[in-house]
Amino acid sequence: MVRSFDLRIGKKRRRKFAKAGRLRQQASGLCFPEKGMSTIPPNEKKNTRMSPLGYPSNLLAPNQTYESVNETIGSIVLRNRQPAPWWIGFVVAFCLLMMFFFALAWLFIRGVGIWGINIPVAWGFAIVNFVWWVGIGHAGTFISAILLLMFQHWRTAINRFAEAMTLFAVACAGLMPLLHLGRPWLFYYLFPYPDTMGLWPQFRSPLVWDVFAVGTYFLVSLMFWYLGLVPDLATIRDRAQKTWQRKFYGILALGWRNSAAHWQRHQIAYLLLGGLATPLVLSVHSVVSFDFAVAIVPGWHSTIFPPYFVAGAIYSGFAMVLNIVIPVRKIYHLENLITERYLNNMANVMFVTGLMVAYGYVIEAFMSWYSGDIFEQYMMMNRAFGPYGWVFWCLMACNVFIPQALWSARIRRNPLTLFIVAFFINVGMWVERFVIVITSLHRDFTPSAWGMFYPTFWDWATLFGSVGLFLTLLFLFVRFFPMISISESRELVAEPQKANVL
Amino acid sequence: MWRSLEELAATPGFEEMLHREFPRGASEWTNEMQRRDFLRLMGASVALAGLGACTKQPIEKIVPYVDQPEEVIPGKPLRFASATSFCGFGQGIVVTSYEGRPTKIEGNPDHPASRGATSVWAQADVLDLYDPDRAKVLTNGDSGATWGTFLDRLKVALDAQAGSGGAGLRILTQTVTSPTMAAQLQEIGQKFPTAKWHQWEPLTRDAEREARAGGVFGAETLYDFSKAKVIVALDSDFLYLHPAALRHARDFATRRRVEGPQGASMSRFYAVEPTPSITGSNADHRLALAGHEIPKLAAALAALVGSGGEGANVPDEATTWVWAAAQDLRANAGASIVIAGETQPPEVHALVGQINASLGNINTTIRHCASVETNPVNQLQSLQQLVQEMKSGAVEVLLILGGNPVYDAPADLDFAGALQKVKLRLHHSLWPNETSERCQWLIPATHFLESWSDIRAFDGTVTIVQPLVEPLYDGFSAHQLLDAFLLQPVRSAYDLVRATWQKNNPTTTFEAQWRSILSDGATPGIGGDLTPEQGAASARAAIAPPTGQGLEILFRPDPSTLDGRYANNGWLQELPKPFSKITWDNAALVSPKLAAREHLENGDYIELNFRGRKLGAPIWILPGQAENSVTLQLGYGRKKAGQTGTNKGYNAYTLRTSDALWQGVGLTIRKIDRHLKFATTQNHFSIEGRDMYRAGTLAEFIRQPQFATEMAEVPKHDETLYNPDEYKNAGYAWAMVVDLNTCIGCNACTIACQAENNIPIVGKAQVIAGREMHWIRVDTYYAGPPNDPQFHHQPVPCMHCQDAPCELVCPVAATMTDDEGLNVQVYNRCVGTRYCSNNCPYKVRRFNFLEYNGALSPSEKLVKNPEVTVRCRGVMEKCTYCLQRINAARITAQLEERKIRDGEIVPACAQVCPAEAITFGDIHDPKSRVSRRKALPLDYGMLAELNTRPRTSYAAKLRNPNPQLKS
Repeated sequence: MVRSFDLRIGKKRRRKFAKAGRLRQQASGLCFPEKGMSTIPPNEKKNTRMSPLGYPSNLLAPNQTYESVNETIGSIVLRNRQPAPWWIGFVVAFCLLMMFFFALAWLFIRGVGIWGINIPVAWGFAIVNFVWWVGIGHAGTFISAILLLMFQHWRTAINRFAEAMTLFAVACAGLMPLLHLGRPWLFYYLFPYPDTMGLWPQFRSPLVWDVFAVGTYFLVSLMFWYLGLVPDLATIRDRAQKTWQRKFYGILALGWRNSAAHWQRHQIAYLLLGGLATPLVLSVHSVVSFDFAVAIVPGWHSTIFPPYFVAGAIYSGFAMVLNIVIPVRKIYHLENLITERYLNNMANVMFVTGLMVAYGYVIEAFMSWYSGDIFEQYMMMNRAFGPYGWVFWCLMACNVFIPQALWSARIRRNPLTLFIVAFFINVGMWVERFVIVITSLHRDFTPSAWGMFYPTFWDWATLFGSVGLFLTLLFLFVRFFPMISISESRELVAEPQKANVL
Repeated sequence: MWRSLEELAATPGFEEMLHREFPRGASEWTNEMQRRDFLRLMGASVALAGLGACTKQPIEKIVPYVDQPEEVIPGKPLRFASATSFCGFGQGIVVTSYEGRPTKIEGNPDHPASRGATSVWAQADVLDLYDPDRAKVLTNGDSGATWGTFLDRLKVALDAQAGSGGAGLRILTQTVTSPTMAAQLQEIGQKFPTAKWHQWEPLTRDAEREARAGGVFGAETLYDFSKAKVIVALDSDFLYLHPAALRHARDFATRRRVEGPQGASMSRFYAVEPTPSITGSNADHRLALAGHEIPKLAAALAALVGSGGEGANVPDEATTWVWAAAQDLRANAGASIVIAGETQPPEVHALVGQINASLGNINTTIRHCASVETNPVNQLQSLQQLVQEMKSGAVEVLLILGGNPVYDAPADLDFAGALQKVKLRLHHSLWPNETSERCQWLIPATHFLESWSDIRAFDGTVTIVQPLVEPLYDGFSAHQLLDAFLLQPVRSAYDLVRATWQKNNPTTTFEAQWRSILSDGATPGIGGDLTPEQGAASARAAIAPPTGQGLEILFRPDPSTLDGRYANNGWLQELPKPFSKITWDNAALVSPKLAAREHLENGDYIELNFRGRKLGAPIWILPGQAENSVTLQLGYGRKKAGQTGTNKGYNAYTLRTSDALWQGVGLTIRKIDRHLKFATTQNHFSIEGRDMYRAGTLAEFIRQPQFATEMAEVPKHDETLYNPDEYKNAGYAWAMVVDLNTCIGCNACTIACQAENNIPIVGKAQVIAGREMHWIRVDTYYAGPPNDPQFHHQPVPCMHCQDAPCELVCPVAATMTDDEGLNVQVYNRCVGTRYCSNNCPYKVRRFNFLEYNGALSPSEKLVKNPEVTVRCRGVMEKCTYCLQRINAARITAQLEERKIRDGEIVPACAQVCPAEAITFGDIHDPKSRVSRRKALPLDYGMLAELNTRPRTSYAAKLRNPNPQLKS
């Protein structure tokens, strides 16, 4: 079995995996480490302390041990009482979720006419929310897969969290196109199933591509998340005091026994899935952007959309991770694991993608002028100075002007200021989708058909309700699953501290 | 053919409808969440999924005929000739009936007032038939009564009158042109010699009657616009609000249609009017001028044309207009028409008569014929006299035959107050309305599709009104009711009408003649031509100077509800009014300048103060309105019209007095702190420099025939990734041409499409939300300065693109091009992503955002065309080129083993068009009319530069301005 992988990943990597398996075994505190296994390059050894796997140990706060890691993360799950902020947050989220169900029930009874959509603005909040949620769902896989492949170790403390967030965001996103259908009970017409009429979906439509892109992304993200979770579930199972916990986590742990062979296969599978997920990060939002780019509507029909959407997605994804991680870190006292360095790195990624997005805005404006097309030119003028002009300038403020604060390291390293900037970015990214969807549609080619879109209560209920769904799932996740990867965090524990536990 | 309705009327749904106290709210969509809905919702939110779809469908039985009704083949429509009326004047129609259920009204090609076209009102008449708010039973006060008790009561009253010869008996009718009713009223007059017959029509044509065209009171003037090279209209809406409007539009269009640049000619049309009308919007030179200035202008015109008079000073802005019009008239003497509207005083009509006479237009473009009315009277005087007598207590029995005088009589008469002094008040009406509320007896009328009658058209042509269906309710025709006044056994309407006609031809040939009269639907008129009397023209009245200071108030019929009689008609309520595109409301129309002066915005309320009477009304700023004139549209503010029409808009009749029936000076306005959100179907009236509407002048066209096609660069046929010849080998290739040059913007296509294609009414709230459902809309664009704009009307149906943007993006292939080039929508495949609508550059697709057909009453369901699917919620729909008509023609052609002939398929919009602006046919046949029209240089595709390859194309608009005038 191992040999077969040799061909693919090379000897050096194979050795590394084998060793990593052993070390992970050790780190889990179940067996003794072998001696003389240091892989730290000599030159680095002088300057920084390293974890046994060669990770820079300054990612964690000083004086972390395997046990402290296990305890800090595992106890959140196993402890009975959750802190008050959890309860407050959960109740709020659950109320929003109930509002969501209420809005959905009314939607199914009356139809999409309860929203503010009309002709010409036939797409409204549902699509705005869809694109927004898909975008948020990008950070998880980006952090997990791309950073994994690029050996960016600072991902460790946030990847589990980000992956869960991805899953829940994609779940919210996936609901939206379904709800927005005029006849949602016929959603399965979009799948290529063998029906008696001999009909297939119309494969030239980007909405069909969406079905596949989002579906694939959800499945791969789910597998990736679960695979990473297995060793931790085993840790929880082993530390569990109660029978139901032992059974619950025992079943979910799929018989993980922490053997080196387990670790080796796990790592290979994890890396492979990471490799699989990486192109998805780029493809999903590219496909989502085709929903717009393929249409002929001025403001949608643009070749820059795929990269610009992907950058925007990562931008909003990181902003959402920050918006969630910063309070969680505070509530559960995880400052030792999620250090300021993490926050700084995330802020950097967010900032760079934000600049890409800003570049997208500039190019869009430039191209609409440069094209010489009167429809495009009017669209841009209308976007900035038309009836929804104020929304556009909100977008500019949230997505371009406010994030310029991130040039300052002090702001990047201060959780509060970073939280505020990230919050604006999240709002800004939602507004961006509003601008793209609604201001493009409301005045397109035929002036006689121009109209306005005014959201109704049900539009807002669907938006905030989906936030409720997302947060409820997230709170439950925090409560029942280790929100930081225990096994990976242990890898970051530096050598001397590791010795303490032995 | 109508016998089968007996079966129909016995269905449980019908019984329920008949006996329910309150018919279910049907015509309008209400958006508020009801208590029951809330409970339902709570239940559903528990279950969430809602397994309602799993309920068992009720068992329905299909029962075959025991005795097959004559000529009825299930599924095959029958067509009958009949007539509807426009303010008393007949318009020939052909009614389509499915198994005894009339569903669609179309024009009668053989009828001179129709020529196959219909007005918007004729289209909507069929909906009135099924109106659940109609008067259903004979009522006395609040309780129901039988015909027998009514007759007894009537007999007592009439017996009391017999002694005095009917001195206390009065009958108030609307304009009467029916020979049968004329005979009946004559008989009643003989029986009660001192009884009086009064007439009142709120849209009265008294001015024309008083003008004594040809020297006879009430004589009709007939215009032949197909012979007129120059037309001058003085505040006349002869293309829309006129008993002969359809005929005028047809004739007008023949002079406006241009094909090739060689020898191209058009009539030149000058119009002056205080408020934009359909007619004025088609003028080459339109002048917005206050209504009270027009008499002066007429006098000046008369002087310039040389028909005498000392002329008058006209306002500066009118001088060049008058001069140019006079020049053109003189140059085209004998081939011109000057026409004045009924809103102008008799003096103007007299002046116009002189101008026409001196130009030698009489008996070339203009004919006079004796009145087609049974007894033309000055209706205002007639009503005034009646009110006076009512107030004096002289009137004991009053029969109000149709109409709604309590609502629409001049406000100064206080008709309602006077009515209370009458001992016995009878109202014969189709609906319980404001008048019937104040009468003891409401006798439900039969709809014209339910009973026999006859009616004369503007030129005297008579049509028998045939019933197509047994009366849905316990209604009585006007003829039956009048027959009861003779105190003898009441005959049926059929016998009465037949008797009238038999009187003219008592020979044995009558039966055959009767049958042909019935099937033709148009019998040449009774009134012959009048010889022009020179003496009549000399009767010249002085032009009275306007009295009072301040703004001018104008009263105009509403383009949809007319004088209020159509207020309860949902199709008409939701029909966007020309220019403003307002639905469900009327507005006080003000000019942009006046609005700026008074700081008014659309929807702001003003308080109008006119001769001591006050009224609050929301304003609409209308480009082209005379600066100091405020137009009030009649026909709204009904207090009792039915679920659809009650309390919509404001009631302009409250300011309308007998000395200012159409206009008056002395209005003051004041802004009040109230605002109304109008439900408009178009919100943007500037074309933003785009080229979807292309217009030029005749001279430009002759100089550069390709000007319209050259306005945009259209990609070549093969500039597509897909096979450009995918549909090349199909048998037919359906296509349409809309001629913007002849389209007058009358909206008839919109409402005909609604009737043909089962398009639902969505209600005001949904129109405000932007969800109207019309498959063909008439867009209006303004060009030029706001005080003197050009009006551009553009009917927009589906373009049936061959590279349709909508098809590409549908994820379920619910919309696609068929092998004849139709862009078809598959309703049962549509899941409602609405992506197609987003990608449609023309925005002609319509979406069922809610279950718009869910709240129909049983009677309203009957109006649906069985050949067209009734769409459910969540489904996209759009123009199909009347696919059902194409398929009907295909079946006929296949049975006869031939190809479909050119002109055999006429979509509803093309059929109704009075100007024949829409041509439909097969472009694979190079000889078809549509192919020939598409080959003309004016033809262009709207937004064809997007490479959509639309099958619907437009012929660019041409104007024919006087080269000596700058603008």
